[in-house]
Amino acid sequence: MVTTYLEKESTEKTIHSTVQLQMENILKVNNLEIFYGEKRAVNGISMEIGKNSITALIGPSGCGKSTFLRSINRMNDLIPGARAQGEIIYEDLNILSEQINVVALRKEIGMVFQKPNPFPKSIFENITHALKFAGIKNKSKLDQIVEESLQKAALWDEVKDRLHTSALSLSGGQQQRLCIARTIAMKPTVMLLDEPSSALDPISNAKVEELIVDLKKDYSIIIVTHNMQQASRISDKTAFFLNGDLIEYDGTEKIFTNPSVKKTEEYISGRFG
Amino acid sequence: MGKIIPAKERLLKSEKNWMDGELRGKILVIICAVIMISATISITIFLGTKGLQSFIKNGVSLIEFLTSTQWNPTNKANPEYGAFPFIFGSFAVTFLSAIVAAPLGIGGAIFMTEIAPSWGRKILQPVVELLVGIPSVVYGFIGLTVLVPFVRGHVGGLGFSLLSGVIVLSIMILPTITTIATDAMSALPKNLREGSYALGATRWQTIRKVLIPAALPSLLTAVVLGMARAFGEALAVQMVIGNVRDLPSNLLDASATLTTIITLNMGHTTYGSVENNTLWSMGLILLVMSFVFILLIRYLSSRRKM
Amino acid sequence: MKSKTADRIATGVFIAIAIIIITLLVGLFSFILVNGLKHVSFDFLTSPSSNVRAGGGIRDQLFNSFYVLFITMLIAIPLGLGGAIYMAEYAKPGKVTDIIRSCIEVLASLPSIVIGMFGLLVFVNTTGWGYTILGGALALTIINLPSIVRVGEDAIRSVPRDLKEASLALGITKWHTIKTVILPSAFPSILTGVILAAGRVFGEAAALLFTAGLSTPRLDYANWNPFSEQSPLNIFRPAETLAVHIWSVNTQGLIPDVEEVSSGSAAVLVISVLLFNLLARWIGSIITKKITATK
Repeated sequence: MVTTYLEKESTEKTIHSTVQLQMENILKVNNLEIFYGEKRAVNGISMEIGKNSITALIGPSGCGKSTFLRSINRMNDLIPGARAQGEIIYEDLNILSEQINVVALRKEIGMVFQKPNPFPKSIFENITHALKFAGIKNKSKLDQIVEESLQKAALWDEVKDRLHTSALSLSGGQQQRLCIARTIAMKPTVMLLDEPSSALDPISNAKVEELIVDLKKDYSIIIVTHNMQQASRISDKTAFFLNGDLIEYDGTEKIFTNPSVKKTEEYISGRFG
Repeated sequence: MGKIIPAKERLLKSEKNWMDGELRGKILVIICAVIMISATISITIFLGTKGLQSFIKNGVSLIEFLTSTQWNPTNKANPEYGAFPFIFGSFAVTFLSAIVAAPLGIGGAIFMTEIAPSWGRKILQPVVELLVGIPSVVYGFIGLTVLVPFVRGHVGGLGFSLLSGVIVLSIMILPTITTIATDAMSALPKNLREGSYALGATRWQTIRKVLIPAALPSLLTAVVLGMARAFGEALAVQMVIGNVRDLPSNLLDASATLTTIITLNMGHTTYGSVENNTLWSMGLILLVMSFVFILLIRYLSSRRKM
Repeated sequence: MKSKTADRIATGVFIAIAIIIITLLVGLFSFILVNGLKHVSFDFLTSPSSNVRAGGGIRDQLFNSFYVLFITMLIAIPLGLGGAIYMAEYAKPGKVTDIIRSCIEVLASLPSIVIGMFGLLVFVNTTGWGYTILGGALALTIINLPSIVRVGEDAIRSVPRDLKEASLALGITKWHTIKTVILPSAFPSILTGVILAAGRVFGEAAALLFTAGLSTPRLDYANWNPFSEQSPLNIFRPAETLAVHIWSVNTQGLIPDVEEVSSGSAAVLVISVLLFNLLARWIGSIITKKITATK
């Protein structure tokens, strides 16, 4: 299905999918604008995020991709002066609306950050912390969820004998997988990954990538990355951002082998960014 | 993954799920903030009205209170309420102790940041912190048992004097001035020093001509804070100053300050009497002076930003 | 060279100043401890004080000092932390926040005697309680509040932002995040700051003079009922603290051994403040080590 697009006042028109991808969408972004005070960081973008797929957001620093990502789980609310206009439709609701209970939203749309940020508690407690708040108090259920999440995050074998030791004693890569595990434990629908492996060494990086590809069958993943090779390796669709605009959004293979927009081509071939 | 509960119920704010703990927590901390505001306001209002009683209710003349040197509230025939000696005493000990403590405090700060930057702070800073830790009554007690006899024996007068008060206060405000002056000096950008040395200046020249002028507003703030502390100090001063109602004519004369008179007489006078009310008026002067000091410091801080 | 000699003289002056300051401290401390400790005995610490005869101890005053401190902290810590949480997490930049900051600034600059007078006016006279531990504790709370708010606010602000974001991103409310993630992380700094504040409160006298009074009723230490008039735990009774005691024995000058009692009390007071400082540092370093330790 070829979808129609909204024309913006900017000079470049967003080129969307020319390839017919039969995919159910989990998120629909309509003319999203994000402001920090007076400054506009994201300029009226529209796109659809596919279900059970990996969508990569690429672009040079400051292009708005992280800002966009953070608006999906309303983390921008934490920044004073930040506001968003437009719509992000999830489950037939505009999640930018005032009526939305963001605490409940974030249970379904989880986020993993660039720098691993485990709580200064035990591995076990890192995962159960949010579960207990969500009302799950039964000990055996907690044990079960902890094991499941750590298994899914490919961390179980490494830590199963020391679940009650401090999470800070893990290596960077393990900590990041722990962060992924605790997000998984909440059973989200969408997972937002903000440069999840940029702070990791290459080996951990590879493990985390493997993990992400594996997660795709249960979750819809949006990943912001600086690393174009990573994007081309793992994602199904890629969106290229520049200066707050969505320049091109298409199947990953097309973007990296035969992009339709010149700017995309320039960025991919490393001519800037 | 929640398909059992429809999205609207899960994700929209409702009475049931709207952040129940959230609101309670927010209200709790807002109450604390409100309490702090009300404490400040009530202190001002209560002390203000009570302090004005002697003028409004008892008809004591404000001018007499502030300028007359005759303090005779108990004279039934002709009670006099000239609080000037005490006002003078307060200002005198404050200024004099600032004059003594400022060079010492700023000098100590300069020692820590310029003369011996590597080890000076490690030694002097704990020393200063320990000095802060000594309670004011202990200073008063030492003043009483050591300083007063010393002054009496080696300098003159009764020992109980303005001088003793000044010395005790200087030592007490020294840590305050030193700490803030040290912060001020170490906050100066490094290139200030480097630039001066590069021009061939000696350390002293750098300190005198570049660093002190640059840090001046902060250094003045340090001194003003020390003065504010001195102005409000009660017990330590009271134990060494003599507490007489006459205006002192020289440093060796005994004297009194607003704080010492309040401390001594609050217990003896009847609540509600004129004499008691004048004590509250003195308290009001202390309150007003605190505000003056705050404004002074704010003014100095704004100068710093220029 | 004129400037070189000036430089040398100046250096000498600064060193002299440093020496003066150090000598001051050493002198004061040795005087207090040397003169005072010889009068401090178990007997001294546990006998009741005397108003006219020699040989009085400081039992009640010592107890009162600690108990008043305890009650003060019971009130001041929640209040101060609440204010700190508000300032660090909920306050939006603007008029109201500026007003609160100014109020804290004012409270911090008021001399303790002024706060004592306020306490006298409100907690002693207006309420009709007379001199009470509670009145003293409330006055001391006012004095202490600015430090606790500042310590709390600094501690909360220095908790890394990504910890807070991690918790919020998992669908945890802000308040719960504050309670379970931020405050525990800020705890060591808060604890250290509170203990240091306690040390300052312990030596406070001027405010207590007007609110907790100069006397202590007959106390029966076996009576733990806080509502009984003879119980030391009763907060509605007058309570002379150690610092106030030093002042009163010297001002009233009735007991013949005033100097001994005062030096002994001064030594106990100073050592207690010292212990608070050391305790604060020690606890601070232990907890920091525990939290940052990787195994």
